[in-house]
This record gives sequence, structure tokens and C-alpha cells, in this order.
Amino acid sequence: MTDPTLTPQGNAAQDLAPSRRRPLLLRRAPMEAIAVTVIALGFLMLFQPFALVLYTYSLVTLLVGTFMFMIVSKFPE
Amino acid sequence: MTISNHSLADKAAEAAARATPERLVGRVRALSDRAIAWLFIAPTIVLLLAINIFPLFWAIYLSFTNYRANRPNAEVKHVGLGNYSRVLNDPDIWASMQTTAHFVFWTIVLQTVIGFTLAYLIDRKFRGHAFWTTLILIPMMLSPAVVGNFWRFLYEPQIGLFAYAISFLTGIPTSEIQMLGSVNLAPWAIIIVDTWMWTPYVMLICLAGLRSIPDYIYEAAEVDRASNWRQFWSITVPMALPFIMLAVLFRGIENFKMFDMVNLLTGGGPGSTTEVASITLKRDAFEAWATGRSSAFAIVLFVAVFGLANIYVKALNRVKQR
Repeated sequence: MTDPTLTPQGNAAQDLAPSRRRPLLLRRAPMEAIAVTVIALGFLMLFQPFALVLYTYSLVTLLVGTFMFMIVSKFPE
Repeated sequence: MTISNHSLADKAAEAAARATPERLVGRVRALSDRAIAWLFIAPTIVLLLAINIFPLFWAIYLSFTNYRANRPNAEVKHVGLGNYSRVLNDPDIWASMQTTAHFVFWTIVLQTVIGFTLAYLIDRKFRGHAFWTTLILIPMMLSPAVVGNFWRFLYEPQIGLFAYAISFLTGIPTSEIQMLGSVNLAPWAIIIVDTWMWTPYVMLICLAGLRSIPDYIYEAAEVDRASNWRQFWSITVPMALPFIMLAVLFRGIENFKMFDMVNLLTGGGPGSTTEVASITLKRDAFEAWATGRSSAFAIVLFVAVFGLANIYVKALNRVKQR
């Protein structure tokens, strides 16, 4: 009896399986993209010259993004 | 001669082994390979903790207190997030952040464009390219203190060579070329010096990137009759991009912390036009002696640079995977 994971079809099935099972919040690529967007937003808020209120909340935004990135970058691919 | 040296070394080793107390020998033999490895690494780890990690955590602790370094015996009170609130609501600190952003943006743009152009030209391997490479690399080998001092002389309106050159080219009298005294020109004076000093560094990294591109890719492109322009945008730039991004990351992080050059050239002036974040931080910490508040400011900068580093590392990995 042939091992199904050794066939091309078996490999493809194995590759697709985790993304099918995992919800969006536990997937590395989209969550990393969100974390990077939050960091970039915080960075722009820190250095923008338009509104003091954005500058005030920049640190919180940066911290949220950075901690989120540190956590989600440990998720499996 | 070699044999006698070996025998001498063997004798010395035997003597050292005999001199080692029996109890110590027993203890060392009882240690596993892993424990011995840890024993060797431990001094480095302790040093790293003492020099890097401890000051970071100490600064985090101080940022929540009203500690003042000029009053070491005064009672230290915890102020919660008060220091962070003051730093993040202070219009002067906000202005210094904008000055920093202006400085970082223009230095990175200029250094990347000029650095990559120089690397591209040097990579052509013309006659004497090694000599020119060495000559171009000289500025980055100098100390920032030396560079700051001699550029101050170059910028002097009366005796400076820079003012003379600008006057010669534009016809403006040298007395009117106040690079360090003018509100409009002072930020650019610092940008010029930093670009002059650190473009060779960017060039060096870009050159490494260009040299890593295999020749057969260009040969294949020529067989396909791709033009030089097409080769540049489809082969050179994409393949050198990880290196360019690395240079941008390094220079970005360094320039956020820029202190020495600004302090030597303008000291933050005229007024506060060149007061970058590190100068404000130094004034807060060592002129106003608000150690707690300046620690909070330092942590804000640290978080910003740390976040930036995360973005760049991710971008770098993505480019590498292509």
C-alpha cells in the first residue's frame, strides 16, 4: 500500500491542509502583515507634523504592533 | 626545533596537570560537555547583561519614577505613566521628532541614491577603480568628532572653503553664506556632512550586492537582446535590493540616534531648528536633570527603532525569498 503523503497529490493535500484548518487569526502571513501595518502606522504617527493627538497615541500603537509582531512571527507558516 | 618546542609544551602541560588540585580535577571531570560550554560562555553573557540588558531595564524602571541624577539622595517616588504622558504631550519634544524625521529621511534618500550610483560606477572595474574605492572610503574611517570639527571650519563664512566654493559658483558674497547660522540652511548643513561621511558605507554594502550578481545572468540577458536599461531594472536592482534595504536599515537606525555630529556642528541651534531627538534627550537628562522623564523619552525612541527594525527584517526576508 502506497503512503498517500509520498504522492504529488498527497503533498498538495498536506500543504493545503493547515491553511484550511487554521483560522485567519492564527495564520502567520496575514497576522504579520497586520502587525507590520500597525507598526508603520505608529511610526508615522510619532513623526507626523499634523496633529499632537496622533503623536500622543503613537507609542501605544507602536507597542501594540511590536508585541503583536513578536507573537505572530512565532506562528507556523 | 619543532620537536623540542612540542616536548616543552607537553612538559608544561604535564606540570600544569600535576599542579591542579585533585579535588578540582575530579569536579571538572564530573562536568558534562554542555556544562563546560556554559562555563566558557558565562563571562560573555554576564558582561552582555551588565552592559546592555541591565541599563535597558534600569532605564525602564527610572522612566516610571521622578528620579533626578543630580539629587541621588532625594526620595524616589513612582509616578506611574506620568513621565510618558508628559513626553507624549510636549509640543517641543514633538517638534524635535519632526526635526529628526526630516534629517533621517533626507540623509537616507541622499546616501542611498549617491551610494548606489557610486557602487554601480565602481563595479564597472575601470582602470584605477581600487584606488578610487579606497579614496571614497576615507570619510567613513574618520572619527565623527574630527569630521564635525573640520566641517565647522569648512562652513565658516569668512575663511571656509565651502562658503568660498559656493560664492565662486553662484556669486553670492561669502559673508551671506551662513551654513550653520541660518535657520533654513543649518539642517541641510548637517545633512550634507552626514551624507559625505556615510555614503561610502552605503556604497560598500551596495557594491557587495552588485558583486554577488552572477555574470551568466547578464550574458543570458544579452543573448535575449535586453537593453542596458532593461538589464538594470530587471536584474541589477532586484538582485541588489536586499543589500540596499540592509544599508537603509543600518543607516536609519544609526541616524535616529545621531548625536555627536549635530552636537559638534550646531548644538541644536540656531534656536531649535536642528534640535534632533537625541539633543533634546541630552538636554532633558543633563541640563534639566529630569532623569525619569528623559528615560521615558529614551524608551519611546527605543520602541520606535525596535518597531522599524521589525518591519525591515520582514521586508528583507520577503525580498530574499523571491
